[in-house]
Amino acid sequence: MSVDKPWVSWFDDCRREMVEQVGGKCSSLGELINAGIRVPPGFAITVAGYEHFMAQNNVLDEIDVMLKDVDPQDIATLEKLSLKIRNKIEQMPIDTEFEDQIAEFYRKLSVRSCMPAVAVAVRSSATAEDLPGASFAGQQDTFLWVRGIDEVLAHVRRCISSLFTGRAIAYRIDMGFDHRQVGISVGIQKMANSFAAGVMFTLNPSNGDRSSIVVDSNFGFGESVVSGEVTPDQFRINKVSLEVLNRTISDKEICYTVDPKTQVSIKTEVPEERRKVQSVTDKELVELAKMGKLIEQHYGCPMDIEWAVDKDMPEGGNIFILQARPETVWSNKAAEVVSTAKGSSAMDHILSSMMAGKKVK
Amino acid sequence: MTCSKGQYAKPHEIETIPGTEGWERMYPYQYQFVTDDPERQKYEEESFWFYDGLHYPEPVYPFDMIWDEAWYLALSQFNTRIFSVPPVFGVDHRIINGYPYISPVAVKDPAVIEERIAHFMERAGYYYENWDELEAKWEGKMRETIDKLEKLEITPLPELEDIQVVRDGLGESKGYHLLKSYDQLIDLGIRCWQYHFEFLNLGYAAYVTFLDFCQRLFPDIPAQRVTQMISGIDVIMYQPDEELKKLARRAVELGVQATLRTSTEFSVVEKALQETAPGREWLIAFEEARYPWFNVSTGTGWYHHDKSWNDDLNIPLSSITMYADKAEKGECLDRPTKAIQEERDQITAEYRALIATDQDRAAFDQLLQTAKTVFPYVENHMFYVEHWFHSVFWNKVREVGVIMKDHGLIHDVEDIWYLKRGEIKDALWDMVTAWATGVKPRGAVTWPKEVEWRKGVMDKFREWRPEAAVGTVPEVIQEPFTVVLWGVTSESLQSWSEIQDTDDLDSVTCFNGFAGSPGTVEGVARVCRTVDEIAGLKEGEILVSPTTSPSWAPVFSKIKGCVTDVVGVMSHAAIVCREYGMPAVVGTGLATKIVKSGQMIRVNGSTGEINII
Repeated sequence: MSVDKPWVSWFDDCRREMVEQVGGKCSSLGELINAGIRVPPGFAITVAGYEHFMAQNNVLDEIDVMLKDVDPQDIATLEKLSLKIRNKIEQMPIDTEFEDQIAEFYRKLSVRSCMPAVAVAVRSSATAEDLPGASFAGQQDTFLWVRGIDEVLAHVRRCISSLFTGRAIAYRIDMGFDHRQVGISVGIQKMANSFAAGVMFTLNPSNGDRSSIVVDSNFGFGESVVSGEVTPDQFRINKVSLEVLNRTISDKEICYTVDPKTQVSIKTEVPEERRKVQSVTDKELVELAKMGKLIEQHYGCPMDIEWAVDKDMPEGGNIFILQARPETVWSNKAAEVVSTAKGSSAMDHILSSMMAGKKVK
Repeated sequence: MTCSKGQYAKPHEIETIPGTEGWERMYPYQYQFVTDDPERQKYEEESFWFYDGLHYPEPVYPFDMIWDEAWYLALSQFNTRIFSVPPVFGVDHRIINGYPYISPVAVKDPAVIEERIAHFMERAGYYYENWDELEAKWEGKMRETIDKLEKLEITPLPELEDIQVVRDGLGESKGYHLLKSYDQLIDLGIRCWQYHFEFLNLGYAAYVTFLDFCQRLFPDIPAQRVTQMISGIDVIMYQPDEELKKLARRAVELGVQATLRTSTEFSVVEKALQETAPGREWLIAFEEARYPWFNVSTGTGWYHHDKSWNDDLNIPLSSITMYADKAEKGECLDRPTKAIQEERDQITAEYRALIATDQDRAAFDQLLQTAKTVFPYVENHMFYVEHWFHSVFWNKVREVGVIMKDHGLIHDVEDIWYLKRGEIKDALWDMVTAWATGVKPRGAVTWPKEVEWRKGVMDKFREWRPEAAVGTVPEVIQEPFTVVLWGVTSESLQSWSEIQDTDDLDSVTCFNGFAGSPGTVEGVARVCRTVDEIAGLKEGEILVSPTTSPSWAPVFSKIKGCVTDVVGVMSHAAIVCREYGMPAVVGTGLATKIVKSGQMIRVNGSTGEINII
């Protein structure tokens, strides 16, 4: 391992421009941490780490041979090959030096979290994912509630192997990307034990109004909101004054929580009496909006953010940002001039406004 | 719920309240909805008439209609004939069961609109360009008009004219003078309202344009955030309240604050103050403040019963005492002007930074500047017209009433309000000629009887609840005055009509108005229909009232929130609450009828929602 290309790296040491080293997700989390945003702590297996791992046993050469002449339309063959490759990767040993490093980071993360064998989320952080205009989103895997170093290592391998799903392979062939040139990083992040979670846009997605922040929320982990399995509570907050201006409390039938026995995330029914209860407090909403504003200021554009309220943490320090990326729908539209006046004098504007009148309906 | 056409009753179908048949004669005849003129009836059915609840929370007395007639003329002439507002002529008026309804008249022919645009650009453009200069001229005209009013003498009819009439060879009688003075009195009233609308609609148009532009830039922006951007500008409407604070501080300086507390009756306190040198000094300061500042009305100034502070010195006394208590405890009496200005500047800068294009940013800057230019007039004209002029005017009319009572035409001075201004002129003729002739006026029998009947009609009107609107809802409203003051948006009319549909107002626990001043507050409600009831307000209660006027300002340092029945976002209650930094919901339609004193309510001044909890 060379000093400038570490195999493992704390999120704190990652930055926005390090997509090639640690992938989109980890670089973005590092950027947020350094912007003063509360993000659950964690570390990244870097692309260099991935390359080091893949260099073992010449696995890339073997993959090249297997995928030579494969027809990307032939899904059955592709899936068969994918399974073979993924099995191989998932059973590949990690050399001692690398494993020791990962174990040491995991131990330190547990210490930082004041928990023995802290539960973590293991996610792939692809170098081409999450970038506006080239979305690979959803093509790699996320594993929640992973505990213990052996489990962590196993899931790191599974994340890496997710680079070789049938779909991913087909996509790369179609796009003319070389399998060898694609890298992946894996993020290992303390699980937020979320009481409530969801997404936040730092504009109003329904009309593009940049003076609004819109928050979708449900009890438990954010998966129910992100996947659209539930109609979440929705709040509109004035970005300037930080007031909650509009709230729609939905009937939230299900949510994701951790199974206390197996310590994995499970889908459960929300008890009848809680379904129509507001899932996040106004105070938390204001706190969230402030974070949203900070993140937007930092990135200089409207953002799409995943967040959680951690029930293990005290009020005032319990809101975490899990992910943030530039909003794409409204941001990619050309800015339109609102003024309809023919000239630029105040009279032109007054006349134009008077002629338009006020709609009664 | 969408506001579909024909949702409101036809104006001609509103039934006369049993026992009030013939009420129409209490008001000018052109205010009636008619069925004997098909062309007029069709126009009336196709127009959108909404209840002018801002100015008339209760039915209008026949004499008080003078202001309605005055602004009917004034607003309309400026729109139609002077500034040539392109898409709209004047605002038409009608009356149903004592409640005025108004309807903006759209210009339908595109060619006419086109013609009017050129004139408008020249004429209105001239006013906007020379705003400050013309506004200064306006103030001169207003002061001159008020001065004439104050100097106008209403002299009783003598048994025998003074010998001086003979010696001077005057050749005129006091009877003739009374008729002339009454004509002058009415003329001054109408003139003052001519000036009232000289700038107002242009002011509103500039404000509406800014509001409209901000809402197109930011569809989610609350209207109160727009008005906040033009807040913190010093206007004389706050001066009466400032005078009270000055007097409170002076009392503490002179050490007479304990004397102020000896009674709630000003006459008693005055007597006590006369006995000491500092007391006398304070009374001099008090007298100085009274003119003109205590001409501020305790109501909107639209009704004759809206007392001014000068009419009842106990009202300013109680506020001065309250301020003196605070001053003595070392509390700051000043409005947090600096904080308001800082917040205003910060909010303006944040919104401005979110504007996507340079072109829109330039338009924003320009329109904000124009709105700031017109804002002082929009606030200040009220002090000159509705407060100062009106307060003096009502008392001049009472002087006429005293003479009429002396001659038996009415039984009580306050009965004069049950006569139309034209009828008073007729009665004065009857009275003066009878006085001249040495006989009993005919009206000494007919008017008291008519007044008795009209009082009964007014009582029945008061129990009746006016419909929010009648006629046909248009797609857009272009008349600036209408747009601003009544905030006629589909939402307000809809929420009003939703509540109107509820038979049992006691069952309503949640209703909406306009978000007037941001923040949320919970507290005990105190319903005050008139200023006389504000004495019962306790510290920390939430005021629920039909509307408020600047003279209520002292209560704003006592209450923690405010809810009103009527008013648009530029309204007084909203502005004052923002200045005091307390939540307010305005234009709820029926808050004073739904909420009972003593109930716990939650007022959300950011969303406009009110809950009874």
